[in-house]
Amino acid sequence: MMDEKTTNGELTEENTPMEIPEKESTDTTVKENTLKAAETLKDAKTDETACVAKKKFNWHFDSWKGWIYLSPAIVLLLIFTIWPIINTVRISLLEGYNGMDAIGGMEFEFGIDNFSTVLQADIFLTCLKNTMLLCVLTVPISTILALLIAVCLNAIKPLQRFLQTVFFLPYVTNSIAIGMVFAAMFNIVGRPDQEHLVETWGLINSALSIFGVDPINWINAGSEYSANIAVIVIYTVWNALPFKILILLGALQSINKQYYEAAQIDSTPRWRVFTRITVPLLSPMLAYVIITGFIGGFKEYSNIVGIFGDTMGPVGDAGRLNTMVGYIYEIIPDGYYGEASAAALILFAIIFVVTMINLYVSKKKTHY
Amino acid sequence: MKVVLQNLTKIFPSRNKKSGEEVVAVNDFTFEIPDGKLVGLLGPSGCGKSTTLYMISGLQKPTAGKIFFGDEDVTDLSPVNRGIGLVFQNYALYPHMTVKQNILFPLQNLKGEDKMTKEQMLERAHQAAQLVQIDELMDRKPSELSGGQQQRVAIARALVKMPRVLLLDEPLSNLDARLRLQTREEIRRIQKETGITTVFVTHDQEEAMSISDLIVVMKLGVVQQVGKPQDIYDNPTNLFVAKFLGTPPINVFKGKVSAEKLYIGEQAVLDVKGVEDCDVTVAIRPEGFMLDENGPFSCKLSNVEVMGRDVSVVSTHEESLNPIIRSIINADNKIDLTAQEIRYSLKPHKVFLFDAKTENRIYFE
Repeated sequence: MMDEKTTNGELTEENTPMEIPEKESTDTTVKENTLKAAETLKDAKTDETACVAKKKFNWHFDSWKGWIYLSPAIVLLLIFTIWPIINTVRISLLEGYNGMDAIGGMEFEFGIDNFSTVLQADIFLTCLKNTMLLCVLTVPISTILALLIAVCLNAIKPLQRFLQTVFFLPYVTNSIAIGMVFAAMFNIVGRPDQEHLVETWGLINSALSIFGVDPINWINAGSEYSANIAVIVIYTVWNALPFKILILLGALQSINKQYYEAAQIDSTPRWRVFTRITVPLLSPMLAYVIITGFIGGFKEYSNIVGIFGDTMGPVGDAGRLNTMVGYIYEIIPDGYYGEASAAALILFAIIFVVTMINLYVSKKKTHY
Repeated sequence: MKVVLQNLTKIFPSRNKKSGEEVVAVNDFTFEIPDGKLVGLLGPSGCGKSTTLYMISGLQKPTAGKIFFGDEDVTDLSPVNRGIGLVFQNYALYPHMTVKQNILFPLQNLKGEDKMTKEQMLERAHQAAQLVQIDELMDRKPSELSGGQQQRVAIARALVKMPRVLLLDEPLSNLDARLRLQTREEIRRIQKETGITTVFVTHDQEEAMSISDLIVVMKLGVVQQVGKPQDIYDNPTNLFVAKFLGTPPINVFKGKVSAEKLYIGEQAVLDVKGVEDCDVTVAIRPEGFMLDENGPFSCKLSNVEVMGRDVSVVSTHEESLNPIIRSIINADNKIDLTAQEIRYSLKPHKVFLFDAKTENRIYFE
């Protein structure tokens, strides 16, 4: 253990003077310093015993070895993550870039044409609206529900483990498959105007009929937009809960019990314990859950495919429920790479801004 | 408000159901804490002192026995209704609230007749802060305070609702040595000023001795001795109490009594009238040794540690149950360091005899 530690420590020491000239080669003082450092290193090498010299050799060997160990991950990241990001930026700035034309040897001019085209496209604006609406609805609902469920789970002793598992199950299921199950539940066979066909409604409508509610056309042809959104929100919240419950339950269990004992001695009412102690102490984790919730929400796609199929809308209204990611996927096969890239970057910018706002607010509100 | 503990017992069920071993944390504890006194519960870890404190607070329910505050039986009352202030070992200050919010928190919970206006609450919080001398720190967060300051805030928070009894769980254990000295005097002062009956828990005998009106020494859930600090020090009822109190620790020897003389090894070191012949354990306080060239008790001299006013003489003896014998001698005495041997005579009131088997005190005249 000791050996590893010392070599690592020396490794970083060694590396710094070597890296500085690359980064700030214009800075003469830095150069001088590095030269000096190199000199002293040389001196040290010659002056000191063979044992130390051997150790120095080891650093080089170790740093060389380190890069080898890292190389599979680095190479893969460069090829499949870093380069695509750079290329996306490049393509988004090439006006009218199209895959086929590019292969054909066509040259494209630089410009922001793609962005303006995307931002003026009605379909894109529909997708933007849908995405925003889903985010604004699902993130608060799922966070509040998750918080309540986590607090309740934390309060009970028997069956806690079992219920924890039950609540976690949606997390390990496939969202397309479960989406199809949800679609079946919300399905309506036949339409209200074709009463002779309405024999079997979906599970939800059957359940509602017990309370005397007329069957609602949730997802089928001719359904209302609001009904569609309601189904997606219910499904998305259900799908997002497990992760949030898991995180919040973990955070709850790590809160020092003495805060609650102190509150108990001070005869604090339960609701006040929740709002004044539990929530503030959970706030860092709540912030994390909300931020990741928004990021996930903006990338919403598969839940809608699961329920409505890749037409992204009820029969007869294809694309009505499309999201930003859905839009990007949709235009790529048609060769609109430039616009797809621009849309991806716009999505990135939105997520970035929302996350920054989240971080800013959470810094003010959380106590750490 | 006097606090009466009557046959208080706490048994924790075993965690492992198969082994079925129960843990008796507190066993048949009967004690009356007089009104307005500062009482220290003292004992090694696991002796049940904290459990006792938590039972007084109401956070833990006794398995058997009763607790009275004054004449009121509070055994079945929840902590809320007992009117106690508790200072936790690690203070349990709410980290997201300022000092002021922390101190105000208990007051904001008051309901019904006790409900206070904002001005009254601020006034009370201010008084409490002044009492513990933290009024200039009111807008800081606990993380911006030193350990000693956090301790004061915790005490202020416990005192602000004017509890009938103040409970402190290891109040000084998280402080460094210097702060510890300061804070224990501070606790003493605050207790004197408010006159609140106070119980605190500690494993540090010096801490307990220095500020308590009364000390309760506990071991494995059983009370060993109750009394004023000096009385317990001068008159321990058993070997455990004698060993637990005092720094440097008491010196313990194997010995026997024969013909009303106390023998340590072959040496007859002291006349002990009224004691029948038996094997005993002898405990001698470090200050119970007097240098005496013709003294009856001879030890091998190891070295001498200078402490200024006094010197601490380290020596060894075959019959000693501790690796070394430490005696405290006035520095005016000259000690020949080259000598192999050092001879003492003993102060009879600093020598305690205990039955070798039961470890109970054997009194002599």
